[in-house]
Amino acid sequence: MNNHYQLLIIGGGPAGLAAATVATSHGISCALLDEQPAPGGQIYRSIESAPEQRAKKLGSEYQHGQDLVAEFRKCDADYFPRTQVWSLNAQLEVGILHDDKSKIISADQILVASGAMERPVPFPGWTLPGVMQAGAGQILFKSAGVIPSDGVVLAGSGPLLLLLAWQYINCGVDIKAILDVTPFSNYLLSLPKLPRALLAHHYLTKGLVYQKDLTLAGVSTKFGVSNIKAEGDDLLQSVRYRHFGREHTIETDLLLTHFGVIPHIWLTQAAGCEHQWDSSQQCWRPQHDQWGNTSIEGIIVAGDGAGINGARSAEHAGRLAGLQALFALGILTPAERDKQSVNVRKWMQDERHIRPFLESYFAIPQTILATDDNDTIVCRCEEITAGQIREAVKNGHHSSNDVKFMTRCGMGPCQGRQCANAVAHIVADAGGQAVSLTSHYRGRPPVTPLTLEQLATLSKEDA
Amino acid sequence: MFKQLTNNQIETVEVILNGQKVQVPQGTTVAAMALTQGLRFTRTTPVSNSKRAPFCMMGVCYDCLMSIDGKANQRACATYVQNGMKIETQQGVGSALGDGSGE
Ligand code: FES
Repeated sequence: MNNHYQLLIIGGGPAGLAAATVATSHGISCALLDEQPAPGGQIYRSIESAPEQRAKKLGSEYQHGQDLVAEFRKCDADYFPRTQVWSLNAQLEVGILHDDKSKIISADQILVASGAMERPVPFPGWTLPGVMQAGAGQILFKSAGVIPSDGVVLAGSGPLLLLLAWQYINCGVDIKAILDVTPFSNYLLSLPKLPRALLAHHYLTKGLVYQKDLTLAGVSTKFGVSNIKAEGDDLLQSVRYRHFGREHTIETDLLLTHFGVIPHIWLTQAAGCEHQWDSSQQCWRPQHDQWGNTSIEGIIVAGDGAGINGARSAEHAGRLAGLQALFALGILTPAERDKQSVNVRKWMQDERHIRPFLESYFAIPQTILATDDNDTIVCRCEEITAGQIREAVKNGHHSSNDVKFMTRCGMGPCQGRQCANAVAHIVADAGGQAVSLTSHYRGRPPVTPLTLEQLATLSKEDA
Repeated sequence: MFKQLTNNQIETVEVILNGQKVQVPQGTTVAAMALTQGLRFTRTTPVSNSKRAPFCMMGVCYDCLMSIDGKANQRACATYVQNGMKIETQQGVGSALGDGSGE
């Protein structure tokens, strides 16, 4: 690994891979750092190694990753799998951990393609073993062919829930129920966005096909569910929910939940890039222009880490970011960059027709985002409850950072990744203010915990 | 809770999970292995001694911390099985967070 590259790409998902392929076609020095052992990101995880059978059951959208990864493998980028990035700063220096050794490298341009993570939404019992995120179920399936053995309950809202259910019935998993918490009012509220979504009707058709296959397979989907609770003494035993005013219980040792996805912003936060609250996507995301340039010169973002637009869009945004990097490096003139981006931009626009509809149809209700159950744990690491957060707000603390300082919420090993959003919602709700005013936790390096031994390797190399 | 679809093309490695020898396909994460072995929880919390298991499987929740080859606080979902690896359910803090002095 060199100490300096013209372009450094962080993340091996669709955005990072596409950017690397475009940028290296102009002969620059480029490295791609990937936490995973192989390219593809979470969306195309294990795409090179998954047996054909498994890839088929995961569906055509998954298999699309094959070409993308194959093209990347052919390009000249230096690929560093199993590499963690633990810091990024405005001087365009990156702290990495590779082979258990830390190192600082620098670049002229840095593309952060950090992707998305599941939106963590606290509800009673969500810390019990047996409760997992739907994305976790998908990762187990993609990377290891691991599927539920004794049935599963799926709960929440969003396209991934439907997709996962469909993938599971393809291999005979017993889905005990799908508990859909999408409020009926969303159907009406999203109607005005439907005409534009019809321009990307293949997504809608696909959703309908999944739904039909699930019905044919005899899977029971309950729409308009609320008050989901995971119950059990110290392990999950059952799921309780309300449906049309009545309480129901299903026995299960596995509950997979999904409440949409949010950008993974810990690196851009640590670097000090400006972020904003996106009320339509219900998340924080880095501010950026149409090329992905952030508020810090030389740091570009692309893909779901820049704002949620899905895998195909991420690929296009990655290409644009690659072209932008080439322009910033003085390799392309503005005219050349613009010319090469015309088609990409058009494809990306086509992809995005569906987004406003999806965002509004699958918007998670405030009552779920800001739980009013005071006993529910919000910070999984420090075990801080919603009640403690509301108490801190009552005592005059109206920003997430103040609440963090007062309660230790967000100070555990995950560094707030699992509670930042929920805390913002609860602070806003309790204080009667807009979520955008609650401020996001300040990010500080290292963004992943490092051991003293790992840090020691850094000072040795520097000496 | 979970099972692994059979894949005969893949070689297996032997790891030791809480003292028991286990054969696992190569390329499996420690977390996936623990779940398919029927381990219902992989650690207890330092704050209240509650049981926890992997939650996100993508390295962001830190709920899958286990003791691996004597080092506490390793993310089981971001660690891949290797021949002879010793994996243990972590009790509480383990050793101080990630100071790696568990040997
Ligand atoms: S399961 Fe979330 S970090 Fe491993």
